[in-house]
Formats: sequence, structure tokens, C-alpha cells
Amino acid sequence: MMNILSGDRPKSVILSVLLAVILLALAFAPFLFPGSRSLETAARICIFIVLVASYDLLLGYGGIVSFAHTMFFGMGAYGVAIAIDRLGTGYGAMGLGALVGMVVAGIVALLIALLSLRVRAIFFAMITLAIASAVAVLVSQLSQFTGGEDGMNIRIPRELTPAFRLGEVFGTRVNGKVLNYYLVFTGCLVLFLVMLRLVNSPFGRVLQAIRENAFRAEAIGYRVVFYRAMATCLSAMIAALAGSLFAIWLRYVGPSTTLGMEIMLDILLMVVIGGMGTMYGAVVGTAIFVLAQNYLKELMGGLSEATSALPVIPDLLSPDRWLLWLGVLFILSVYFFPTGIVGRLRGTR
Amino acid sequence: MSDPILQLKGVKTDIAQYHILHGVDLDVPRGAVTMLLGRNGAGKTTTLRTIMGLWKPHQGEILLDGAHINGLNPAQIARRGIGFVPEDMGIFSDLTVEENLRLAALSGQPIPERMDWIFAAFPALKTFWKSAAGTLSGGQKQMLSVARAVVEDRELYLIDEPSKGLAPAIVATLARALKDLKNRGATILMVEQNFSLAKALGDHVAVMDDGRIIWSGAMAELASDTNLQERLMGLKMESAG
Repeated sequence: MMNILSGDRPKSVILSVLLAVILLALAFAPFLFPGSRSLETAARICIFIVLVASYDLLLGYGGIVSFAHTMFFGMGAYGVAIAIDRLGTGYGAMGLGALVGMVVAGIVALLIALLSLRVRAIFFAMITLAIASAVAVLVSQLSQFTGGEDGMNIRIPRELTPAFRLGEVFGTRVNGKVLNYYLVFTGCLVLFLVMLRLVNSPFGRVLQAIRENAFRAEAIGYRVVFYRAMATCLSAMIAALAGSLFAIWLRYVGPSTTLGMEIMLDILLMVVIGGMGTMYGAVVGTAIFVLAQNYLKELMGGLSEATSALPVIPDLLSPDRWLLWLGVLFILSVYFFPTGIVGRLRGTR
Repeated sequence: MSDPILQLKGVKTDIAQYHILHGVDLDVPRGAVTMLLGRNGAGKTTTLRTIMGLWKPHQGEILLDGAHINGLNPAQIARRGIGFVPEDMGIFSDLTVEENLRLAALSGQPIPERMDWIFAAFPALKTFWKSAAGTLSGGQKQMLSVARAVVEDRELYLIDEPSKGLAPAIVATLARALKDLKNRGATILMVEQNFSLAKALGDHVAVMDDGRIIWSGAMAELASDTNLQERLMGLKMESAG
């Protein structure tokens, strides 16, 4: 087990239990939580765990602030969509699209890194923001390739769609959507374990050293620019693969689902809530955030009804105010867990 | 004096609009300990940081084993065989003691014999092997900083004020380790304000003032001449100790 986790123990009983619960819930989601909405939420959690962890590789381990992460996510998603659009439906086109999206993301990340990582952190962040905005505009403009603002519907192989029926398992109807979910789940699990291996390798240690004291790491003999560029590329390539899985799952790609600044902000919030510089933080932060995004409104509706006899409180808990309470939850989590939930549970920082 | 492993010729360094080094000429002989002394603000730390490439000199030459190292980046200079112990220790707080030392071994794996020596010199590092370096005391952090530089054999060690702010018992431990390193034939260029420690370790000495070397010679000569000490560094009180 420790080998699978690359020797990175959770170092906290509560965290171990929490991670086990999340893993089991995601692994058996189609059977534990039947219904398309819950499956949608589970798939979104899987994909965002990878996306947030890949951003944490950059921010938490490398100390690099980038606003272009969704751009790489989008490259993977559009890679699959364009490949299927041009080559026709098939696993080959899906795989090729994911591969091309990943390679393009890696090349673009390398160019950005080489051009920008020598400047101060704030300027690097601004450059990534500018490039991400430019790419988003470009995607909207090049509608003959990207579908513009309307996006693109993707025709994935029938075996991955609800139309493909396999029968019943444990009282749950298993269809192509469930197979699609397990493709996403397995892909995300593998990508997460790869990242766990990366951050616990000598490469990951050097990245952490650079984050703490770049001058000192350089004086020991490590080329800071090289390691930062590598981290940027790896992070971008993994984000692109997450984007490919997202496109296959949604069977749709559009600027708002993959390239939007809102998604970038969500990623930042998930990293901060979970805890920076801890891969497990991505798991916990994403699970809490996506669940809150999807179910807080219902929870508040129920609470509002339950307290309808009381003054003021039902109004405060009105489902329309769910975004306000999400904000309050975020502020509270930052106040009580400044090192993130995982950082607090581990008690190391 | 044996052949110099490191030579500085007319090195001038500016930091922002300030001229810090005004033409440093210095020879560091091989297999000996050279102490770099001087008042605060004389340019000692800047000299070490300039050698390491952390500040770029705008004039002059720096030669390591006869080869120019001006213009190289710090990583390239480190890989040419210079181990650096900075004034601020520069340990990686979030990494464990073990990870700090493994990271410093550029070959990827510390040599067991060298690790045995480090553990004998600094037993605390063995005790806190798996602890985050940030949880160590100031003295232990300094031990780690020195251990990190000596985890592999280097051509030259640059050590910046290792005794700064440490308790006498810790300074004694560090002094023993550095003496042992010296006895193994290491070449060291060390900045030190504690003249007793400098006397105990140094073979040669260079005194800096206002960004220049104003005197250099044998440590024995400076140690025996209190007038010279007072004239160069205002060390009347310290030299008595």
C-alpha cells in the first residue's frame, strides 16, 4: 500500500479515514448513489481532484502562481473534441485527441515557462493571465474549429453512452454511462498516483526546496529555471489529460465549461481549502467544494423548511443565498485552517 | 603558501545603486583554512555570494582551479565543487533532516562513510533524522547547514559566520567539526566575527574594509600582534580573550 502511495502516508488517522471514505465513495458511486446527478457529481470530483492536484504541483510544490491552468485543461478537452470531429467517433480518435492535447499543452507550457519564469512571480502570474485570456478569445473566434461560444458536442463510442445497456449489478442498471464513469475514475486514479509519485521523488524534493528558498537551491547545484519549467510542463500535461477525460464524460466542450476564469477561481479555492503542498489536500478540498457546489442549495432548502417556525433564520437559510454561504464557508475554512484541512490534520505546518 | 585553488582579481560588485566591493584581490590556498575577517559591512558576505554567483561582479575575475567562473550561474558554480554555508543557514524547513541532506548530495545518495562522520560530529542530526528541519533549534539548523555543505567532498567550502548567534556549547561542537574537516585536508574560505574561533581554525587570514582586502597573511602573524588586530579590526578587547 505504501508503495502505491509512494511512501506518502496521510500521517493522521482522521485524514486516513476521510481519504478512505472518499476513495470508496467514488469507487462505488454508481451503486452507492444511483441517479445521474450523483454520478455527475462523482465524475466531476474525480476530474477536479486531478486538475486541482496538478495545479498544486505547480503552486503548492513549485511556488509558481499561474492563471493559465484552465487553458491547459481546455487544450485537452478541445483536443478530444476536435479529433473526434475531424476523424470520426472512435477510441483511436479519442486517444489521439488526448495525446495531441497533452503534447500541445506541454509545448505551450514550456514556451511560457522559458519566456516567463525568469521574471518575478507576480509578472509570471500576469503573463499567464494574459495568455489564458487571449486563448479564450481565440477559441471563441475560431468557431469553425472550436464551435465558438456554442462549443462542440462530442460523439463518443456507443459503449460509453447511456444507450449501451449491460444489465443489472446489485440492483443498479449498468449502462455505458457507468462504463464511462469507470473510465474517468480509473484515469483519474492513475494520474493522481503518478503525481503522488512525482512529488515524492527527488524531483519533488527539489521543487519543494526551490519553493522555500530558490537562491539556496540554486547554490546547492539545482537549476531553478529548469525545475520550474519541468513542473510547469508536467502540470500542464496532466491538466490537459484531465480536460480530455472531462470532455469524454460531458460529451461536450465549450469555453464556459473548460476555459472560464470561474473554473480557475474554483481550482484556487479547492487548493486553499484542502491545503497547499499536499496532494491529499486536492482530494479533500475538491470533494468538499464540489459537494457544496452541488448540494448546499438543497441542504439549505431543507434547513430553511425545518426552521420555518423561527424568525429570520429561514430567510438567512433561503436556498437563493447558497452562494453567500459558500463564501462564508470558504472564509471560515481559511480562518480556522490557514494551512488547509490536510495541513491542519497533519499538524505539520 | 601553496597554489591557490581560488583567485579573485579586482572583483567589483554593486548591489542596486550601492558599490559594495571595490576591487577585491584574494588568493585562497589549497588544503588550508582562510579566514575572511573585517568589520560589519566590510563586504565579507558579498564576497562569498559573489564567488557563488549569487551576485554578479561587474568587473574583475574569479578563477576556480585556474578556470573563470564569472558569469556562471550558482548551480553551475556549485557543480564545479563549491559547498556553500550561507549566513542565514538557508535550510529547507518543510523538508526533513534526511531530505535536506539527500538533496545536498548531488550524486543522489550520500556516502555512508561521510554520513557516519556527520553523525559523529553532529549527533543531533541523527536524533532528528526524520523531523522537519523547521522544527530544529537554531544551533541544530546551523549544524544541518554545515552538514549539507560537507555531505560530499568539495573542492572548496565557503562558510559564512557559522557561529553567529549560537550558544557557546554549540559553537564548540561546530568548531570541532570544522577542525576535523580541516584535518581531512579540506579547503575552506570562512567569514567569522568570533576572533577566538577564527584563530583556532585559520591558517591564513584576509582582512576586509570598505569592500577591499586591506591586509592578508598568516593567521599566526595576526594572532600574535594585538596592535595589528586593533588597527585592522578594532579588536583590542576580543584579542585578549
